Amino acid sequence: MTDHKARHVSSALLGSGDTNDYVTMSIADQVFGIPVLKVQDVLGPQRITRIPLAPKEIAGSLNLRGRIVTAIDIRQRLDLPAMPVGHRNMSIVVESKNEMYSLIVDKVGEVMSLEKNTYEKSPATLDPKWRDIAGGIHRLESRLLIVLDIERLLSFADIGIA
Amino acid sequence: MDELLTEFLTETTESINTLDLELVALERDPNNPSLLSNIFRLFHTIKGTCGFLNLPRLEKVAHSAENVLGKFRSGEMLVTPPAVTLILESIDRIKALLFALEQTQTEPDGSDADLIARLDEMAEKGTGSYSPPPESTISFETAIAEFSAPVTAPSAVQVDVAPIKKIEESIGLHDGPAQEGAVAGQSIRVNVDVLENLMTMVSELVLTRNQLLQIMRVQKDTGFNAPLQRLNHVVSELQEGVMKTRMQPIGNAWSKLPRIVRDLSHELNKKIELVMVGADTELDRQVLELIKDPLTHMVRNSADHGIEMPADRIKAGKPETGVINLNAYHQGGYIIIEIIDNGRGLSMAKIKSKAIANGLVTEAEAQLMSDSQIQQMIFKPGFSTAETVTSVSGRGVGMDVVRTNIERIGGTIEMRSVEGKGSTFLIKIPLTLAIVSALILECGGERFAIPQISVLELVRASAKTEYKIERINGTPVFRLRNRLLSLIALDDMLNLPSNRRGDDCYIVVTQVGNYVFGLMVDQVFDTEEIVVKPVSPILRNINIFSGNTILGDGSVIMILDPNGIAGAAGQITLEDTELMNAAAAAAKGAKSKDEMALLLFNAGIGGPKAVPLPLVSRLEDIDLSQVEFTSGLPVIQYRGNLMPLMACDESFDFHVGGNRPLLVFADGERSMGLLVDEIVDIVEDDIKVQLAPDRAGLVGSAIISGRATEIIDVAHYLGRAFSDWFNPSPRAAYDEAEKRVLLVDDSPFFRNLMKPLLTAAGYHVTTVEGAAEALALIENGMQFDAVVSDIEMPGMSGFEFAQRLKQDDRFRDTPLVALSAFASDRDLDRGRRAGFTDYVAKFDRDGLLQTLSQTFSETKGVA
Repeated sequence: MTDHKARHVSSALLGSGDTNDYVTMSIADQVFGIPVLKVQDVLGPQRITRIPLAPKEIAGSLNLRGRIVTAIDIRQRLDLPAMPVGHRNMSIVVESKNEMYSLIVDKVGEVMSLEKNTYEKSPATLDPKWRDIAGGIHRLESRLLIVLDIERLLSFADIGIA
Repeated sequence: MDELLTEFLTETTESINTLDLELVALERDPNNPSLLSNIFRLFHTIKGTCGFLNLPRLEKVAHSAENVLGKFRSGEMLVTPPAVTLILESIDRIKALLFALEQTQTEPDGSDADLIARLDEMAEKGTGSYSPPPESTISFETAIAEFSAPVTAPSAVQVDVAPIKKIEESIGLHDGPAQEGAVAGQSIRVNVDVLENLMTMVSELVLTRNQLLQIMRVQKDTGFNAPLQRLNHVVSELQEGVMKTRMQPIGNAWSKLPRIVRDLSHELNKKIELVMVGADTELDRQVLELIKDPLTHMVRNSADHGIEMPADRIKAGKPETGVINLNAYHQGGYIIIEIIDNGRGLSMAKIKSKAIANGLVTEAEAQLMSDSQIQQMIFKPGFSTAETVTSVSGRGVGMDVVRTNIERIGGTIEMRSVEGKGSTFLIKIPLTLAIVSALILECGGERFAIPQISVLELVRASAKTEYKIERINGTPVFRLRNRLLSLIALDDMLNLPSNRRGDDCYIVVTQVGNYVFGLMVDQVFDTEEIVVKPVSPILRNINIFSGNTILGDGSVIMILDPNGIAGAAGQITLEDTELMNAAAAAAKGAKSKDEMALLLFNAGIGGPKAVPLPLVSRLEDIDLSQVEFTSGLPVIQYRGNLMPLMACDESFDFHVGGNRPLLVFADGERSMGLLVDEIVDIVEDDIKVQLAPDRAGLVGSAIISGRATEIIDVAHYLGRAFSDWFNPSPRAAYDEAEKRVLLVDDSPFFRNLMKPLLTAAGYHVTTVEGAAEALALIENGMQFDAVVSDIEMPGMSGFEFAQRLKQDDRFRDTPLVALSAFASDRDLDRGRRAGFTDYVAKFDRDGLLQTLSQTFSETKGVA
């Protein structure tokens, strides 16, 4: 981790009252963020066991230091085409209701501390699939960051975990 | 030593030590209510346990001491040193008794009358008038000397005070009062959570060990070889040791059974002997807890349905006393439990007709089923073989629940039964739930684990050898030792790409219950001890997997659930698939309360006839040439008895010969056969009796399946058969005047059905169609000896009706019997709270008559 990132992290850990800290990631050129305290781990490409008959969003399961983690393919979740073969994808491990999930994304970026006043609800005109998993939007200077709502991300159409 | 006694000694010694300390504290701080109530509670527990274990001396001492403590607690008496001394003295006595108990396993002879008298005197007179007997002062000092030490020191034993010695002698004790037992010191009690945690840690350790061993297999000759071998051994031993801490003898789950069987045999007037072998076979306490209820249920079942009445047994040439054998033993990592009875076995015909009646299979399907398949029907939801709902079993919790519970812990249940000889249930369960041995296999490029318990054998199939897969209309089958084995291609089932070359594959012969099928897989590896981890909730609705695990090489693999596979394959059509369950549930839910199963048949002149199926106990096909005549009336020899025959058409000529279907109605020991021309169908319909009967023997006419159908009044035929042949009917044998019964039911059909039945049984019956009408009758001063009421009625429900009735002084003691189509435990409870004396399932004719005659004989004195 570079010094630059480390500074971000330390400010994230100190956590001032009017900012939110996110681990950022990109999927199909869109920037997403997950609240930093929800992130357990960031992984490189892993050996994933496919699970037959599972919904298409589930890439499989993997062994993370003795714990079995279910891998979710966010591209599938958003009906996006798969990455070309040979792409080294990355994963962010999150915990939900005592179960660990590894979210497969194109690339994991830096940790950003964002002003709360740049946050707003997702626009109503967003594609339903996207609006479903978007907790809200942060306006950055040059682009927009979608905050992922993990619980909703993990509740697929008809087999919700709820 | 007796398990229970050891436990009692351990626990009580602990309590006593606490009491010592707390009593001394109480003396210093007499106004501490929490201290006092704790002491009271401990004494109370000791008293209760002693009563349970039948230790009268201990119980009496504890009881009297508790009385004194009760006075303290209620404030009637002050906590004074003499009083505390007396309590401490009781503790010493208890200790001494405990010690003797540990030595000899029985309470020593002798009497505690002196101590009890003083305690009682204290409790009665209170502190004010209490004058301590001479020795009490001395023993008080002794006690202080003893108990000023925080824990009873052995030295206290040596304190030699003459009066105490004297008392000891008089009460028959020779050892020191405060000696701590050896048993008590040898075991400690550990919180279950600590053990569970240990088990989890060991499971993880086993995994890591497996991983290391896997690495070793690849990299040979490293310096780690020897230490790793040692680690391997130590981990294995540790695993065994930790598992042992969780082990309990299966006898713990059995301890209540002898009593249950004894009570049952009294209640049912049967002679039953329960033989238990292998009670000390140990298994994981978690597993033990989970099989306790299924086991109890099955033994109850055997006693209730399996073992016949003594008279029937003698008739069948068996000893009068039925035997239920309960065996437990270990077999290769599993524990086998057998429940064997030498009763009547399962009746194929009965199961078949019941399964058809309950809509589990169609008649056509039933015809094609093998005996084993038919027997399996008892494990299906919504099936209960009990002909009548007794208080013992058959309340809707059936074998399906037993099977589900056993399968939930990774076990299997099999059943073999020979009609007339008895039934054997074989339960196979893993010793522990956390670690199971599993076969690793590969299919479609993925590896899977399948629990070893379900795998019978492995077969290599190849088109080139004689062991080849054959196809019927594309469906693969395999000849296995002269038996045709159904095959399931795992890759197809899991939507995996097929890697099989032609029909060359391995067949994993898998067993689910009594069903055996072959699983076609690409490759088979070795067996591994795996730690079962539950699958993520997001995957839980895929019922082909029972869990997942991490293998020695660190990869995650899914554990196949043979039950799920059998269900998903749908090829074992009798297995419970989700769909069938759903359909059965839907059918059950849709069943309105007036809907009932009717047996349709043709007999004599006129249109189709019907009889409520629950009233029919068997369907037979008889050869008319076997009909004999006594006093000019037709009878047939049936199961060693003469059974009277009736025909719907009175002018029927029994001499015509040929085969005829026969409906057998059983009434207790006796049965009657109704000869019909042809059995048409079984339908479930909402019955509305539309026309009043135009002749005897009919309840009325109704539209069933679009046709006018005559509904037969079974009571009419039963009455005729029995009054002609067996006089007098024991049911009508009341020597008192006719009992007046009020029957409340909104269904005219039901009223028409029950009224003649009850009348025939010797009751004076009044029927009304609703609670309001019933209450009106009562307002008008009508008196009834019993009220039988439906629960689900328009307007006022049965529950409300019962409550209203119980408020009326005249009816407070009147027996109230509830009738309902669904008698769940909850309904039962609610019914009892509302004031119902008993609960009988609708259409359970025998049950109702029995209940009425029982209630009357019970309330005879009152009424």
